[in-house]
Parts: sequence; structure tokens; C-alpha cells
Amino acid sequence: MIQMKNVMKKYTNGVIAIKDLSLTVDPGEFLYVIGPSGAGKSTLIKMLYHELVPTSGTIQVGKYDFSTMSDKDVPYFRRGIGIVFQDFKLLPRLTVYENIAYAMEVIEARDEDIKPRVLHVLKLVGLEQKVRRFPSELSGGEQQRVSIARAIVNAPDVVIADEPTGNLDPDTSDGIMDILERINADGTTIIMATHNRELVNARPHRLLEIAGGRLVRDEEGGSYSDED
Amino acid sequence: MKTDVMMRHLKDSLKSLKRNGWMSVAAVSAVTVTLLLVGIFLALLANVNRVSSQVENDVRVRVSIQKGTTDKQQAALKKELENFAEVKSVQFRSASQELDNIIGSYGKQWQTFKGDQNPLNNVFVVDTKDAKDTIKVAKKADKLKHVSEATYGGAKAKQLFKTVATIQRWGLGFTILLLFVAVFLISNTIRITILSRRTEIGVMRLVGATNAYIRWPFLLEGAWTGLFGAVLPMLIVDFGYGLVTRNAPFTVAANGFSLYPNMPFLVWIDLALAVIGMVIGALGAVVSMRRFLKI
Repeated sequence: MIQMKNVMKKYTNGVIAIKDLSLTVDPGEFLYVIGPSGAGKSTLIKMLYHELVPTSGTIQVGKYDFSTMSDKDVPYFRRGIGIVFQDFKLLPRLTVYENIAYAMEVIEARDEDIKPRVLHVLKLVGLEQKVRRFPSELSGGEQQRVSIARAIVNAPDVVIADEPTGNLDPDTSDGIMDILERINADGTTIIMATHNRELVNARPHRLLEIAGGRLVRDEEGGSYSDED
Repeated sequence: MKTDVMMRHLKDSLKSLKRNGWMSVAAVSAVTVTLLLVGIFLALLANVNRVSSQVENDVRVRVSIQKGTTDKQQAALKKELENFAEVKSVQFRSASQELDNIIGSYGKQWQTFKGDQNPLNNVFVVDTKDAKDTIKVAKKADKLKHVSEATYGGAKAKQLFKTVATIQRWGLGFTILLLFVAVFLISNTIRITILSRRTEIGVMRLVGATNAYIRWPFLLEGAWTGLFGAVLPMLIVDFGYGLVTRNAPFTVAANGFSLYPNMPFLVWIDLALAVIGMVIGALGAVVSMRRFLKI
């Protein structure tokens, strides 16, 4: 599904964010990426959806090899992945329904396909009653559920979540994890960068730990140690 | 592109125009001011070109043939004219053709002179190889048998040519400058609306929208801005030109020139303003979008 080989990312200011990182992710895996602030988690996540390109090394996601992928292919590549952000990135002028439908509209889906699919994913995240609400009328947890619904509406193979529970209280975070695990149970690969020690320890999955730009731990069912 | 998608873009672009409120009004006003000037210049330049070609016709030597000259004598005269080294071509125009020309340019009131009433002579219109030989040819032709008069535009034409060329040069330059200013104004206004929609564009890119898809609503918004901005200039130019043509015929006709009649000239000007408005609007949008569309 995902293969990274000897990936290095150096920013123009000279900072090396990722050093010689190699990694393989199989289809259907659930993966945590942990590490202290500034460790390189966000850089790694951004490289996975081609927001950043590696300085050296190769990344392959599905059939797309980033070293040979043209700029024209990038939108089509991104249609195969769903992205969830800590700050939700919902469009305030659109309703819940419109925010999700939007992700289908931009990939030029047909009108008649959009409605049933949007209602389906809204049911999946438990927001079918809030279809006409605007983001400002929702709680943080609800907004994150809309953001997850938007990420999965085009049935991606991979969902990449960058600190999805970062702004949420423990109970709400639990609810978000339930949804992500349910999506994962349906076969979607989940890669989630997080700081949330309790969640990682309570719901063990494969764990990647990054420190100083290097992969220092890759452990199935790993948890935060006391030193982390 | 699918009809669904195109309709979505059209709807989105209109919604966005409405949502941007005063910003849109500012952009439309910028286009209005520019297109008003462009419209005035277009009408002016088109008429200057027309007058210029009318003047060009005038600098040919017109050799009037005496009434009562037989066909044989006319043929001989034509031959004589063609034999001048400076002459390029000699064209015969009958008195009734001449009258039709006048009726076409100055109005139907001249129709009363048709038939036997026609006071005009048959003429030979002589084109010279070089414009500066016009006077020489006219003088030589004037001395020939069966010629009642040989005339040419002369100094008046020379002066007019110079003026026309100046107006054309400055008018064209100024129009191009105006169009650049309009593109700049529109692109700046649209840039501000784009800045306020950066998150939206970012989300579009992340969910897999192509650059073309992202560009369409902005492009259409720019085109709407241009089109709405063209409405007022169209009305003002139509009204203003109507006023000019109603009051100018006598003074202009007295000098031997005529302006384009209102129809279909104004339809073309309006169409040109609408198209120019839409093109500069869309161009302004594209210019300001470029930096937001990096992958």
C-alpha cells in the first residue's frame, strides 16, 4: 500500500526534518505516528499526501510513485486518500451536507450519486440529524466527525489523520477513535499522527515513533512508554 | 465538461459574486470606467478609419468627362489616361453610379436627381502608382480633350492624413493601455476575494480537485464582472453616439465625409465591449490565481 525508502526531507532553511526513513504499510493497517513536537511527524504526514516532496528517497502510495508522478497526476492521487486535520478545515459558509458533498463535487461526481453517498457517510459518523447545520453551530467533536465524513465520502484506500483529537476532550476523542476504527474495520488504511498518550495506550495498534527526524520505533501494538 | 459540473460552476460563480458584495461592486465599477473609455475610443477609431478611407478615395484623380462625349471619344480618352507613365489604373464610373454613391453616403434626399435630372458627369477615377504624382496627373488630365475638369484631394487631404494617423496611433496606444489597467484592477480585486477563500482552495486541492476545476468559478466570476461592467458603457456609448450622429451629419457631410450609421455599428460596438469585458475579467482572474494553484 505505502512504501517509503530512505526518505530525507531538508527544508530550504537547512533544517533536516526527516532523515533516512524507510517504511512499509500494508492495506487495512491502523498506524499511529507518535513523537514529541518538532520530531518530524507533520512533515512525514504531509509527504504522504504530497503536500511536501522528499529531498531524496522514494515514496510510493498505491500505484503512484512520487518520483515519477507528474503535477497533473497529483489531484487524481489525492482522490484515493482522505485527510483529517486537527483544525477540521471545514468551510464555514457551507452546511454540514454541503461540506461533505463538496468533496464529491470537486471530483466531478454526478448529482444523483452525491446525495445518497453523503447521507450514508453522515449516518456512519452519527450526524444524520445535523445535515442543515453550519460548522459554527456544531461542537468541536461534531465538526471533526464532519471532517472525517468528508475524508471518507470518496471511499479512499487510505485516511491520513493529523492530530484528529488534538483539540478535543477525552470523551469526544474516544468517539472519534470509535469512528476511525470502524472505518479501518471496513478495510481502509488509517495513518494517524497523535500526541494522545491515553488513546494510544488504550487502543493499541502498530506504532511508529519519530524522534529527531528518525524512525526510532516501529512496533505492532506498541504503547507510549514512561519516558515518552 | 459535464453539464452538471458546468452548471455548478455557473451557480458558484454567481453566488460568489453576490457574497463578495462591495468587492464585486468595486471590480464592476473599475471595468465600467475602463470600458466606457474603451467604447468611446473604439467608436472614434472606427470612424476615423472610415473617414480616412473616404479621404483616400478623394485623393484619386477624378476626371469628369464633358457631357455629350461619345463612347468612342470616351474610350480614346481612357486610353490616353492609361498611357500616362504615372497612372496605375483608370476606372469608369457613370453619372448614375456617382449619384448612387452620393445617395448611399448622404441620404435619400438626393434620389430626386435620379434619371434625366442627374447633374453629374461620367468620370474616370484615376489611381496613380505613387500618391505624390496625383497633382501632376490631374494637371495633365485637365488639358486633355473632352475633359470638363480633373480634381484631386490636394493639401487638405495631406493634412487630414497626418491627423488621422496621429489619432489612430494615440487612440490605439491609449486603448491598449486602458485594457492593461483594467486587467490589473480586476486581477487585484479578484486577488482579494481569492485571499479570503484560500482555505477553500486549500481544501479543494486536498480533496483532489484539479487546477482547472478550481479555476473555473473564479474565471467565470471574472467574466461576469467584465460583462456586468460593460452594461453601463454600452448604454452610454449607444446614447452618446446616437446623439453625435443626429447632430453631426450636416457638418461632416459638408466636408465630404460620413460617420457609420447607428445600425449595425452600435451592435458591433456593444458586442465588442461585452466580449472585451468578459475577456479582461477572465484574464484578470487567471492572472491573480496563478500563485494559488501550485500543487
